[in-house]
Amino acid sequence: MSTPTRTPAGAPSSVGGPGGRIGDDAQRPDGVLKVRGEFAYASDLWMDDMLWGVTLRSPHPYARIRSVDVGPALAVPGVHAVLTSDDVPGEKVYGLELADQPVLALDVVRYQGEPVALVAADHPDTARRAAARIVVDYDVWEPVTDARAALGHPTWNQVHDAPAAVTELSRESAHLHPHGNLVRHLKVRKGDPEPTADVVVVGEYEVGMQDQAFLGPESGLAVPGEDGGVDLYVATQWLHVDQRQICSALAMPPEKVRLTLAGVGGAFGGREDLSMHVHACLLALHTGKPVKMSYNREESFFGHVHRHPATMRYEHGATRDGDLVYVKAEIFLDGGAYASSTPAVVGNAGTMGLGPYVVPNVHVDCYGAYTNNPPCGAMRGFGSVQTAFAYEAQMDALAAELGMDPVELRCRNAMELGSETPTGQVVDSPAPVAELLRRLVAMPLPPEPATGDDVDLRHMPGGVSNTTHGEGVRRGVGYAVAYKNVAFSEGFDDYSTARVRLEVVGGEAVATVHTAAAEVGQGLVTVEQQIARTELGVDAVVVHPKDTAVGSAGSSSASRQTYVTGGAVKAACEAVRGRVLERARGLVGRPAGDLRLDGGKVVSDLEGVALPLADVLGDDAVEETVEWRHRPTQALDPDTGQGFAHVQYAFSAHRAVVDVDTELGLVKVVEMACTQDVGKAINPQAVVGQIQGGTAQGLGLAVMEEILVRDGRVQNPSFTDYLIPTVLDMPPMRIEVLEYADPHAPYGLRGVGEAPNISSGPAVLAAIRQATGLPLRRVPVRPEHLTGT
Amino acid sequence: MAEVELRVNGTSSRVQLDPRVSLLDALRERLRLTGTKKGCDQGACGACTVLVDGERILACLALAVQYGGREITTVEGLGRPGRLHPLQEAFIRFDGFQCGFCTSGQICSAVGMLAEHRAGVPSVVTPRLAATATPLSEAEIRERMSGNLCRCGAYDGIVDAIQHVAGVDDRAATAEPAADR
Ligand code: FES
Ligand code: FES
Repeated sequence: MSTPTRTPAGAPSSVGGPGGRIGDDAQRPDGVLKVRGEFAYASDLWMDDMLWGVTLRSPHPYARIRSVDVGPALAVPGVHAVLTSDDVPGEKVYGLELADQPVLALDVVRYQGEPVALVAADHPDTARRAAARIVVDYDVWEPVTDARAALGHPTWNQVHDAPAAVTELSRESAHLHPHGNLVRHLKVRKGDPEPTADVVVVGEYEVGMQDQAFLGPESGLAVPGEDGGVDLYVATQWLHVDQRQICSALAMPPEKVRLTLAGVGGAFGGREDLSMHVHACLLALHTGKPVKMSYNREESFFGHVHRHPATMRYEHGATRDGDLVYVKAEIFLDGGAYASSTPAVVGNAGTMGLGPYVVPNVHVDCYGAYTNNPPCGAMRGFGSVQTAFAYEAQMDALAAELGMDPVELRCRNAMELGSETPTGQVVDSPAPVAELLRRLVAMPLPPEPATGDDVDLRHMPGGVSNTTHGEGVRRGVGYAVAYKNVAFSEGFDDYSTARVRLEVVGGEAVATVHTAAAEVGQGLVTVEQQIARTELGVDAVVVHPKDTAVGSAGSSSASRQTYVTGGAVKAACEAVRGRVLERARGLVGRPAGDLRLDGGKVVSDLEGVALPLADVLGDDAVEETVEWRHRPTQALDPDTGQGFAHVQYAFSAHRAVVDVDTELGLVKVVEMACTQDVGKAINPQAVVGQIQGGTAQGLGLAVMEEILVRDGRVQNPSFTDYLIPTVLDMPPMRIEVLEYADPHAPYGLRGVGEAPNISSGPAVLAAIRQATGLPLRRVPVRPEHLTGT
Repeated sequence: MAEVELRVNGTSSRVQLDPRVSLLDALRERLRLTGTKKGCDQGACGACTVLVDGERILACLALAVQYGGREITTVEGLGRPGRLHPLQEAFIRFDGFQCGFCTSGQICSAVGMLAEHRAGVPSVVTPRLAATATPLSEAEIRERMSGNLCRCGAYDGIVDAIQHVAGVDDRAATAEPAADR
């Protein structure tokens, strides 16, 4: 039988497929492997002598550990190691921005599911049974489960009056971390501190906790090296930030901790933090054997951070004509037990939180808090998703108050090229916000719902469950706009590294692109090939496996990889091309100014030169490695939140059409339409895929997706209880992609992945509000919110 | 321990198994056919869909010992070496995936679904219980594929790919005998 290789040596390397340059619908180099089931995802890795690692997790959201007895687990036949925090040789805490999260629990556990101990055994069931025998004696504390309350404790970072429940907590336990319960407070202040306006609308909003729910759970394989180091094959978003944190925990230099990207089954932000990375390395180094760790679905819900739940209060003031005068906003994000990327999420929610509108007077306070809820961090849209529900609801409420059309109100206040953002930054690339909306309005609407005998149950809310024949069904249409920073902001040194080699192999010119940029499904490997083909004029482009043998590419997040790693690959190709053409000029023997690379040849149109690359390169390979940065950004002023904090903005707009069964509270999304400016569509087919996928995840948050947490405990860690959109929930889409080049970005491109995830949900909410007339202050909307039962 | 003969993609293997082992784990961990994916292990995602005697089942909900001697086809058994199955080709052409983790299950499910439709098996959205094949509308495809989740949201490409194959040559979409593997 032909069994696909699943040893780490078979880690996915992407070989060049058929053509495709910038702007073409290029095919994925990993496509054939994926449709044949031969693409090696992290959970598919296998070595014959490997052990299986499992994690013992805390059942309590908040407790002190009195003692841990691993003896009974060690006694189980087949067990090779049982480890606790005592076995972590280096730093015992880690984190993306703040090192505050224990590799394995120290004296206190701060969330349900916090890793306490590890077991390696020769079979996963043996490991699980052994883990269940570890005896942990907990002194259980009352958890802090409300972000405002956590910040309101009288002795710690008091920003609000503390509710009674919290004041009863002991001083010791209400204070989750030595530095208090405040992760970050961002203030944005602009213009008149006490503005007045003709018309004022106030609203309070709440967004529940969303899960990335990538289909391929956390997984990886750690292999001890002969040099005493370790090789880790893992599904992740940023190899080098993992490497930094693993090195710190293992007390090893980077050359001894080598990472290679294993196949990634979706990410959406949930793989930005460490999961099993250090654990598998510890077990491998301890046992001297390869160790595989693979979470099951339930563990995955505890194994990664989620989207921050938010509570928000907004006040919008406008003139009678509909010009925004001021916005005041107070935004609380529940960061859960550890910081993760909460500081950056607060930065985004605070600076993007008013939407793509011109607001002369601004007063925003955005807080990230520690609680004993599950840790929250990165998820597609990153702080902008939550605030978009609030600012777009406010725009609709304001339009209603003014008696204006909601789209007109938005267009009237829309940012454009040259506008100043709430953080004082001048928008210096196209911002076609109004055009995105007007194009949506111009699109035809789907046919009105049928009535009477013509009713087709398949088109009714509730579908063929036969819940209605149209009685009580109302249609609504809603609009929303997204505003998202692309790439890392606030002065972060955001760069990517690309190594590009050009050589002639078997008579054919072949380029090899080597970056550490994680392919998570978005199609970055395709983009890397397209850029190399375009810049070097060759067809065959090999994408080297992603690993830490080359410099950092930064994270596959913040819609940044096509921009930043794309920029690095382009720059490295240009450097290679410069050297090749230099050689060619030497061969030609005269200055030949217009030489270029095309079709595996050096070509000069003016002089009629066409040298095959084989003649120019011979057996030599020309290789260049380039570290590429986008233009620098700046930290925000700590008192006013003003500054050049963002390198680029992404804009998209959605129109949602819904039918709501007002008697049963069922919602059917009839159609979604989206317009987005992408600057330049490097791979138009993949752009459409990002818009569809982002739209689906936004729709999911609007009407179905929420991790329910009660007293710090997750109630629904499974795909039977945490629902994500199926093919039946996703309606047909109309999509228009605009290409207004950003003069500062490579090829004029604009990051794509997140914006459609931001505008989709608020558009659905607006449509449901229009259908029902209900204020709907909380997402996801559940049937009882619609029926009042 | 129980001994069972697993016939997968035209190859037969005798394996000793704990009778509690799922077909999914037997395929992935004993036969090392990891093309079939585990997304939830409880019947909620469809990533583990395989074909048994041409019918689609969820391998995570099946016990391996129950399937001894039956003809099992996994994604690795579709198409031939050097030639993709028409659905595999269509998934590439219509961009029916991003991360690809759901893809094996989607493709196996689509193969089984097309066979069900050809055999006249109605779905809950089939308008009349017509005895013979009604055309495979987009609504039919969506209904019949609704057990396969795709978190990347590649549903439009998935539906387009299936519609293309169903329209172009329905018969080409059956699970081919995999004896040559
Ligand atoms: S793994 Fe079988 S249905 Fe999800
Ligand atoms: S392609 Fe990623 S889950 Fe379907």
